[in-house]
Amino acid sequence: MKLTYEPVIGLEIHGELLTNSKMFCSCSADYGSAPEPNTNICPTCTGLPGAMPVVNKKATELAALVGLALNCSINKHNTFARKNYYYPDLPKGYQISQYELPIAEKGLLEVNDGSDNQLNVRVRRVHIEEDTAKLAHEKNYALVDFNRAGVPLLEIVSEPDIRTVEAALDYATKVRTILRYLGVNSGDMEKGVLRFEANISVRPVGSDEFRTRTEIKNLNSFRALVRASQYEIERQIKIYEEGGTVVQETLGWDDVRGVTTSQRSKEEAHDYRYFPEPDLPPLQLSDSWIAEIKSRLPELPEAKTSRFISDFGLTLSEARFLTSERTLANYFESVVSKSKSPAKTIHSWIAGEFMRYLNDSGLSIDDVTLAPETLAKLIDMVTDKTIGASAGKTVLTELFKNGGDPAQIVKEKNLLQMTDVNAIQEIVMKILNDNPKEVDDYNAGKETLFQWFMGQVARATKGKADPNVTKELMVKGLEERKK
Amino acid sequence: MQLHNLTIREAHELLTTKKISSVELTQAMLDRIHDVDKKVKSYVTVTDDLALEQAKQADERIAKGENVTPLTGIPFSMKDCISTRGVRTTCSSKILENYIPQYNATVTNKLADSGAVLVGKTNMDEFGMGSSCENSALFPTHNPWNLDHVPGGSSGGAAASMSASLCTFSIGEDTGGSVRMPAGFCNVTGIKPTYGRVSRYGLIALASSFDCIGPMARDAYDCATVLEHIAGHDPHDSTTYNSPVPNYTTNINKPVKGMKLGIPKEYFVAGMEAGVESAMQEAIRTYEKLGMEIHEVSLPHTKYGLPVYYLLLFAEASANLARMDGTRFGLSVSDGAKDVIDIYLKTRHAGFGDEVKRRIMLGAYALSAGYYDAYYLKAQKVRTLLRRDFETAFSKVDILLAPTCPTTAFKLGEKTSDPLEMYLSDIYVVSTNPAGVPALALPAGFSNNMPVGMQLIGKHLDEATLFQVAHAYQQVTDWHKQLPQL
Repeated sequence: MKLTYEPVIGLEIHGELLTNSKMFCSCSADYGSAPEPNTNICPTCTGLPGAMPVVNKKATELAALVGLALNCSINKHNTFARKNYYYPDLPKGYQISQYELPIAEKGLLEVNDGSDNQLNVRVRRVHIEEDTAKLAHEKNYALVDFNRAGVPLLEIVSEPDIRTVEAALDYATKVRTILRYLGVNSGDMEKGVLRFEANISVRPVGSDEFRTRTEIKNLNSFRALVRASQYEIERQIKIYEEGGTVVQETLGWDDVRGVTTSQRSKEEAHDYRYFPEPDLPPLQLSDSWIAEIKSRLPELPEAKTSRFISDFGLTLSEARFLTSERTLANYFESVVSKSKSPAKTIHSWIAGEFMRYLNDSGLSIDDVTLAPETLAKLIDMVTDKTIGASAGKTVLTELFKNGGDPAQIVKEKNLLQMTDVNAIQEIVMKILNDNPKEVDDYNAGKETLFQWFMGQVARATKGKADPNVTKELMVKGLEERKK
Repeated sequence: MQLHNLTIREAHELLTTKKISSVELTQAMLDRIHDVDKKVKSYVTVTDDLALEQAKQADERIAKGENVTPLTGIPFSMKDCISTRGVRTTCSSKILENYIPQYNATVTNKLADSGAVLVGKTNMDEFGMGSSCENSALFPTHNPWNLDHVPGGSSGGAAASMSASLCTFSIGEDTGGSVRMPAGFCNVTGIKPTYGRVSRYGLIALASSFDCIGPMARDAYDCATVLEHIAGHDPHDSTTYNSPVPNYTTNINKPVKGMKLGIPKEYFVAGMEAGVESAMQEAIRTYEKLGMEIHEVSLPHTKYGLPVYYLLLFAEASANLARMDGTRFGLSVSDGAKDVIDIYLKTRHAGFGDEVKRRIMLGAYALSAGYYDAYYLKAQKVRTLLRRDFETAFSKVDILLAPTCPTTAFKLGEKTSDPLEMYLSDIYVVSTNPAGVPALALPAGFSNNMPVGMQLIGKHLDEATLFQVAHAYQQVTDWHKQLPQL
C-alpha cells in the first residue's frame, strides 16, 4: 500500500519595524525615501571602528507589542547577541540580534487549516535584530547602500506546528494583518518589508517523528510562500517514495522556474558563533512598562471578527473581510454609526461597489478621502428608496471622483427614483408594445428574456424606476399578453 | 624651569598667571618630541599643526578668562586606538595604517572641550594585543629608562611618552593591564577606572567588556584631574554609568590613617623578582607608617584570572576585528582577487600581524558550535567568581595593594618568541578587568635600575579612595619624581 505523507512546516517571518530611526543609531530608518544611496548613515550603521550601538526604545516597544499580540510572554530580562558572519552587506562582520533571551517567547496563534478546522500554532519566539545593507550587483563588482543597514527588524519564529500549506498561508496572512493592525509594519510585500522563510519536512501520516527538514529562504510574497512550499513538499515526498533521503540544506526559491534550488548544505552551513553583545547591557523591562505597552494593544482581528458577527449579524466571511484591515473595519463601523441602514446593507456596499472602485483605481482603503458620513447618507438614500441602487452606484462614483454631497448630486443628475406606479406602468406598456416578438418568445418559454425587459426599463428611465414596482408591473403585463 | 617636566597643576598655574602661554608650552613639547622621540619612538603621529592651533585657542580662552579648566592649554598624548577626526588612528596596525576617522571618540571631544592640546598619538601593541609594545606593526617603542628594554604594553607608547616628558599627561587604554603594566615599567602613575566610568565610544575595541580608557600622569593628583574631565555617562555608550562623576581632588589630601589595606596573598608567590618583592614590602611599611591597617586577604580564583581573561578577550576580539575587511576603510588588497571573500582574505592576511591572527583564530574557535559551553560560557562563569573574590575582599578591607608585574621591564626581543611567557607578564593586572574594578598603578622604587610599579585596587566606582591612598604615598615618597636621563 502506498504511504500518504503530511508536511511539517515551521515559519519564520522577518518584518521591518516602522520606527523613525534605526535600531542602534539615530539615522533615519526611512531608506525608501532617501534621496540617494549612503545618505542615512553614520559611524554606527556603517561599522566604523570604535562606533557603538544604542538600543532604539521605540523598536523595543513595538517588538513587545507584537509579542503581546501573539500571546507571548515578555522576557523582563532579555539580551542582545552577536551573530557573526562575513558579507559586504553586514558592515560590522556581525549582526546584532537576540539569541538566548529574546524579548518575547511562547506565543500562540489560531489558524485555519484550509478544511475549516482551527488549529493552534505555537510561536516559539519574537526577537529584535538589525537589517543589512542593500547590494546592487554589477558585472564585475557590487555596490553597497547602507541606508537600510541597521533598520530594525523583527523575527517571528513559529514552532513546526503547521501541517498544510493552507494553514501556512493563513498563519502568514494573520501575522501580517496583526502587524498592520499594530502599525508596526506596512505589510507592503512588494517593498520587501516582510519576508518569509519556511522550514519543511514531510512524514507518513500518523507518524509523530520529525524528519530532516530543509529551509527555504527569502520568500517575498504569499504566492511564493505557497508555491515554494507545495513544490518542496512534493519534492521531498518523491525522494522518499523513490527510497532516497532528504538532505538538510538551505534552499532558495526560483520564482520564474518554479523550483527550489540548493544554496548551502548542512556541512557548508554557517556557524554564527553567537555570543552576548558586550556593547549592550541586557534590556530590563519592568512590570509597569509591560502593562503600559499592553494597554496600547488595539482590538485584534480575531476579537473584532467575533464582535462584528455578534453585534452586526454578519457572517464569518463577511466579518473576516471587513476586519482584514484595521482601517477598513474602522471605516465600516464609522459608516454604521452614521447610518440608519442595516449593517448588512453597509457591508454589501463596502464589499461591493466601494471595493470595486478602489480595486479598479488601484487605491487602498488608506487612500480613501470619502467621509464615512457621506457614504452613510448615500446608502440611506438607497435604503429609503429616494434613489435606486444603480443611481446609488452612479452617485458613489461621482463622490469618489469629485466629492460633494449625495443629495446635491442626485438633484443635479436628476436621479430621484421613480416610484409613481402610473408613470412606470406607462413605460412598461410601451416596451411590451414595441417588442411583440420578445413578448411571444418569453411567453413561449424563454424566461431568460425577463431580465432583458427589466434592462429596457432601466435604460428608458436611466435606472431610476423602482425595481420592485417595475418587476411587479412587468410580470403582470407579460401575463396579460399570454394567450 | 623645564616646561616639559611640569605637572598639570604647575603648568596650569603658570598658564593662568600668564607666565607662559600654551603655545610656548606646546612648542617646547613638540620640540622635545622631535628631538628625544627619535630614540624612544613613543609617537606614531605627532600633530604639530593641530596642537599649535589648539594651543592658540587655549591661550584665547585663558586671555578672556572664559571656560578655563585645569586642562586648558595642557599638552597631552593619546593612545592610537582612540578615534580622532581628521587625525589618522592606526591601532599600530598595517590594516589601519592610513585610516583617518570621520568622527571623534567621546573622550577626544571631552578633552577638546576642556581645552587640552593634543600633541600626538602614541604607539601600542597592535590593537592592544601584547605586553611590550613589540607587537606594534609600525615599530617598537623603547623604555626611556633603558632603551634596550621594552616600555611594557599595550599602552607602551603612552607610558614612554609620559616617562620621557614628551607630554604633560597621556591617555591610555587598559583591557587587561595595558595602562598599569607599562606605567609600572616606565615609572609613571596611571589608572584603569571602573569599567563603564569612561565612555568607550570611538575607542577601537579590543575586548568590549574589558576595555577602559584611563589617564597616565606624573602623579595621582594629575590623574584625578584628568579623570574628572573624561569620565561620565555617554548616551553613545550604553555601558557607561549614570552616576555623577565626583570631584576626585576634593578629598585627596584626607589622611589614610585607620583605613584598611589588603594584601592579596595569591599575588605574593614564587616567581616575583626580588627587587619587586622588596619594593612591595617597603611600600606596605610606608602605608603602615601612615597609619593604615594591613590585612592579608585572599582572592582564591586568581589563578583562573589569566585564562579567563584571555579566553574572553580572544572571543570578543575575534568579532570586534571582523569589520576590518577592506571594503570601507583602511587597507584593501584586491589585486588578483576572484571575489569579495578573496578581498577579505588578502586584506586581513596582509593587514594583521601574527599575534592578531592567532587571537582571532583562538577566539573564533572558542565561540564555535560545540565548544562554546566548554570555553566561553565556562569562562563567563569563572568571571563571576573573580568578581565575587573582589567583593569578598572589599567586605574586609578598603583597598588592595599588589605589584603591577612580577618583574621590571624586560629586554626587547626577550619574550617575543613565546606568546605564553608574554601573557604571564600580565598575571597581576588582568583579573581586575573581568571584575570591572578600578586600579591605579604608581611608581614604588627601582630594581636593577629599572622602575618597579605597584597597583592599588579599589571598589567599584571608588576611584576617589584610590587617588587618596596613592596621593598619601606620593606625599611621603619621591619615586614618582624620578625622571630618566635621555
